[in-house]
Amino acid sequence: MRGGDPNAATRRPVRGHALWYAHIIHRVSGIALALFLPLHFWVLSLALTDAARLDNFLAFTELPFVKVAEFGLVFLLALHLFGGMRLMALEWLPWRAPHKTLAAGTLAVSAFVSGVFFLQAI
Amino acid sequence: MLDFRLYMAQRLSALIMAPLVVGHLAVMIYAVQGGLSAGEILGRTQGSLFWALFYGGFVVAVSVHAAIGLRTVISEWTRLRGGMLNGVAMAIFATLLVMGGRAVLAVTLV
Amino acid sequence: MLDDASIAETDHAADSIAVSVWRGDASGGTWETFTVPRQPSQTVLDIVTWIQQEADPTLTYRFACRVGMCGSCAMMVNDEPRWTCRTHVGRVVKDGAISIAPLRNLPVIKDLATDMDPFFDKWVKAEATHHPSAGRHDDFAAVLPDDEQRVEASAGIECINCAVCYAACDTVAGNPDYLGPAALQRAWTLYNDSRDDAGGAILDAVSAQGGCHSCHSMGSCTHYCPNDLDPMGAIAGLKRATAKRFFRRGRG
Ligand code: SF4
Ligand code: SF4
Ligand code: FES
Repeated sequence: MRGGDPNAATRRPVRGHALWYAHIIHRVSGIALALFLPLHFWVLSLALTDAARLDNFLAFTELPFVKVAEFGLVFLLALHLFGGMRLMALEWLPWRAPHKTLAAGTLAVSAFVSGVFFLQAI
Repeated sequence: MLDFRLYMAQRLSALIMAPLVVGHLAVMIYAVQGGLSAGEILGRTQGSLFWALFYGGFVVAVSVHAAIGLRTVISEWTRLRGGMLNGVAMAIFATLLVMGGRAVLAVTLV
Repeated sequence: MLDDASIAETDHAADSIAVSVWRGDASGGTWETFTVPRQPSQTVLDIVTWIQQEADPTLTYRFACRVGMCGSCAMMVNDEPRWTCRTHVGRVVKDGAISIAPLRNLPVIKDLATDMDPFFDKWVKAEATHHPSAGRHDDFAAVLPDDEQRVEASAGIECINCAVCYAACDTVAGNPDYLGPAALQRAWTLYNDSRDDAGGAILDAVSAQGGCHSCHSMGSCTHYCPNDLDPMGAIAGLKRATAKRFFRRGRG
């Protein structure tokens, strides 16, 4: 890191404040959801080609670690949804809101929604 | 102007998806009780124009939204630019649209 | 925030500071460590000046006003962009050490001096230049301070062009075309200034590639701006104005 590249020293991302974390959470959750979607679509389309396999797959979702993974996906979806709503409000509504507080709020709401899902699932 | 058009497409697709995702979250929380089965899911969705439009709309919007979002991430985090970048974005769009379209047909066709 | 008591305390906590300074030019460089005597109310710029005057006269850096007006002294201090003339050592020193490097996101000329041309070129690209709406024979324009648009314009006028926000922005780092927070904030200021006559041209300029729509609202600009300005909010204003125009006209 502290090497010879003229800009190596200065290329380090500047991090460590609330809205930067909100930004990176939005980006990483978006990437993860985009990677998950093809799998999700493929499983659902089994209903057309091979209904028995779909049922096998759904039985697999009863496994505890799959439940935790599902919870994680719902959490990511909620984070991306509510975080995205905050961004839309920031960009298109003509007022300057306390965005650090709102960002913390989206985290809390997402945890709540996915928590409810988890409790229903188990 | 491409940047602006992509921006608008991304925000508009987000606005379309927001209520759909809220609905999807509610359905998931409701449906996951007592485990999932193919019969239960298909019983709800098969032959329903409402669910076909609901999920069909979602698939179109998410294909646009994810393709533009990933295009931005790829351009900032890798060196891909220009035609290659747009090609990758179009491939993401097409993949999601085709796979998602198949999934919607699979669960809503009678 | 700045706490006088804690600065006074740390000011005398040690007799000297170990300062790592980045030395080099566009082709490469390395870190060099200097031992600099600790002084009361010392700023980071004082440290750099001491090194040049007492230890190594070949050290290159840039400053002018020393009071936070000119915007020429910004550097990376412990990997964070700061105006060095108004950054107290007591506030940034960690375990008796400090690192000082040239501003991020700009080409290095030598040592701590960066080439600011790309930064200023982008102001022009963003149409962040005054387009007069009246000539010398016209009457003075009445500027009402409480006017809603004027309040938006006034919010950004204290910018000193220091490029701290530009260095803090990850979008600038990932996208060399991105105009950056300072230029876009000035575009928004002029867009809201009743004496500027080129609102449409400004919106066109900030809608082009690398314009305001590349911003991800991560707020590093607002977080680090030493004058407590809010470029993120200004850029949101541009996004809103361009979207509004889109809906009105049915196109970009
Ligand atoms: S907006 Fe703030 S940080 Fe950016 S150039 Fe102006 S004064 Fe410096
Ligand atoms: S809010 Fe926009 S301009 Fe400011 S640091 Fe983030 S991406 Fe850069
Ligand atoms: S020397 Fe002028 S702002 Fe620091």
